[in-house]
Amino acid sequence: MTASSVLVCLETVPEGGLRKAQIELVAAGRVLGPVSVALAGQAPDTLVRELGELGVSTVYTPGDADLSSHLVAPKAAWIAAVVAADQPSAVVLDNSFEGKEIAARLGVKLDAGVVTDVVALEPDGTAHKSVLAGSYEVRARATSATAVFTVKAGAGEGAPAPAATTAAVKTIEVPADAFERAARVTSRTERPKSGRPDLAEASIVVAGGRGTDGDFGPIEQLADVLGAAVGASRAATDAGWIGHDFQVGQTGKTVSPQLYISAGISGAIQQKAGMQTSKVIVAVNSDPESPVFEIADFGVVGDLFKVLPQAAEEIKRRRES
Amino acid sequence: MGDTLKIVVLVKHVPDAQFDRHIGPDKTLERSESILSELDEYALEAALQVSEARGGDKAGNQVIALTMGGPDAANALKKALQIGASSGVHVADDALAASDAWATSLVLAAAIRNIGDVDLVLTGMASTDGETSLVPAQLAERLGLPQLTFASSLEVTGRSVAVRRDSETTSDVVEAELPAVVSVTDQINEPRYPNFKGILAAKKKKIATFGLADLGIDPAQVGAAGSLTRVEQADPRPPRSAGTIITDEGDAGIKLVDFLAAQKLI
Ligand SMILES: Cc1cc2nc3c(=O)[nH]c(=O)nc-3n(C[C@H](O)[C@H](O)[C@H](O)COP(=O)(O)OP(=O)(O)OC[C@H]3O[C@@H](n4cnc5c(N)ncnc54)[C@H](O)[C@@H]3O)c2cc1C
Ligand SMILES: Nc1ncnc2c1ncn2[C@@H]1O[C@H](COP(=O)(O)O)[C@@H](O)[C@H]1O
Repeated sequence: MTASSVLVCLETVPEGGLRKAQIELVAAGRVLGPVSVALAGQAPDTLVRELGELGVSTVYTPGDADLSSHLVAPKAAWIAAVVAADQPSAVVLDNSFEGKEIAARLGVKLDAGVVTDVVALEPDGTAHKSVLAGSYEVRARATSATAVFTVKAGAGEGAPAPAATTAAVKTIEVPADAFERAARVTSRTERPKSGRPDLAEASIVVAGGRGTDGDFGPIEQLADVLGAAVGASRAATDAGWIGHDFQVGQTGKTVSPQLYISAGISGAIQQKAGMQTSKVIVAVNSDPESPVFEIADFGVVGDLFKVLPQAAEEIKRRRES
Repeated sequence: MGDTLKIVVLVKHVPDAQFDRHIGPDKTLERSESILSELDEYALEAALQVSEARGGDKAGNQVIALTMGGPDAANALKKALQIGASSGVHVADDALAASDAWATSLVLAAAIRNIGDVDLVLTGMASTDGETSLVPAQLAERLGLPQLTFASSLEVTGRSVAVRRDSETTSDVVEAELPAVVSVTDQINEPRYPNFKGILAAKKKKIATFGLADLGIDPAQVGAAGSLTRVEQADPRPPRSAGTIITDEGDAGIKLVDFLAAQKLI
């Protein structure tokens, strides 16, 4: 594939403008070539201007159609219609559940190869990702005429700077049968937001496991002095000590912050899958044989109830002096 | 509740993550020490619960475990039968090795059509080796069925199916009419273990084996040749260089902060 043009798919954009992750998604597309955007919602002028500044030439919208009332299938059908009109050589989506599933269905509709979990893209369409719980790094590509990628945050690093332009807005009708046999969303509840930074985007994560014995106090206290997000192992979320949203690992979130502090977590392969690409890993665990020490840059064999509060106090003390 | 259900559960035979897993020189995964993918146990448990709520096998419900994979993949089916599935279907063909999601979903969709009159297709949220989560949505697309994926709860009432699905920002209830494709997360239930009775009963259960010809699929459409993605290079992640490990002697918290300061992290 030599990418001549790229279609980047964006979910609805918040009132305040593009989220950081959405700007990065457009940048990831720009690595491959000139970008058009398929925006699964309304396109207010301010947003169109913002996209133009990112070098986006065309913004496709579904007009007034509401694509969020049903699960995935109508969005995939609409994006396939945009692809038919725009003829991109690559489609780029975010690596969320929904992004991967739209990608999956596009793969069938367009007879296109799909590469998920992409951490970096090269201009020739080579995608980098890690597999087997982070134990291998792989270079893969789609061999089909159109390539579909779902990309993680940061995949647009090294993208050429955008040449600002005025984006044209085009409406592409949602195909008449897009809602047939699609599952309906019959209720939608906003999930409560914690006051702390978002786990997936935080530059520091402090995570606790079974070793907390249900008391996340020391984890939260250290997280707050560091301005960090709180994470957890599955043992902690399964026990109901903290919500599943906070789980890091194979069936939770994948994070790669500047600093990951793991406390009372043994470091099972499924936990490592979600955090071993962190820049710096610190582990506090009372068992010197714990596998987490194999991946720690700095490890403390000790009691998290002593070590974490002491560290939190020390940070505060140094800041005050 | 009236009519009975024919449920197909997809189970993949995958290398056990407890051991080191390797990608061979041919860029495909070495398949030794394999097991029924742990994340598919949740789908099987969900299927058994739905069936049992309607009286199980005795009342005429069926839970059919389906796998695509080499000869050893029959072991995943045997395990599923021990846990409680009614019968197994194994799609095996030399041409299938190294199939990507596109090719895998092509074959599995054909197998589901071949089984016929299926009310509910249940899958795991991701295979623990491929980890793409592409296959369930591709099956829904190929079969033209409603897709209810990443379900953290599942309820089948009459011919309606409702699931809960959480995204980053919202928690949704999603509904459709059967037949449908549902993938489940590891939040949905506690999978049961095979018990002695189940292990004995499994010996009498049947596994049907199909090749590509039986499903009317051209071997050129599957395997490495038919796949639409290609792995060009696979390297083990370089091990993290050994770090400093200290034992707390009362001041480890302070040493930890020294380390963070030296790394310019605070
Ligand atoms: C299909 C599947 C998916 C999974 N997905 C995930 C996932 O996404 N994320 C995940 O994390 N796990 C996942 N797991 C579970 C994983 O295998 C482990 O069981 C889990 O990570 C263990 O959590 P833990 O380390 O907190 O508990 P344990 O393994 O019990 O470890 C607790 C640790 O705390 C230490 N400790 C105890 N007291 C103290 C103290 N006072 N101070 C300091 N240290 C102390 C102990 O030495 C021990 O090392 C998954 C498993 C399966 C089968
Ligand atoms: N070869 C296979 N045989 C049976 N089921 C499979 C196979 N590949 C994928 N699946 C099913 O699809 C789900 C998602 O897999 P994947 O898309 O590979 O992450 C798994 O949890 C299985 O239920």
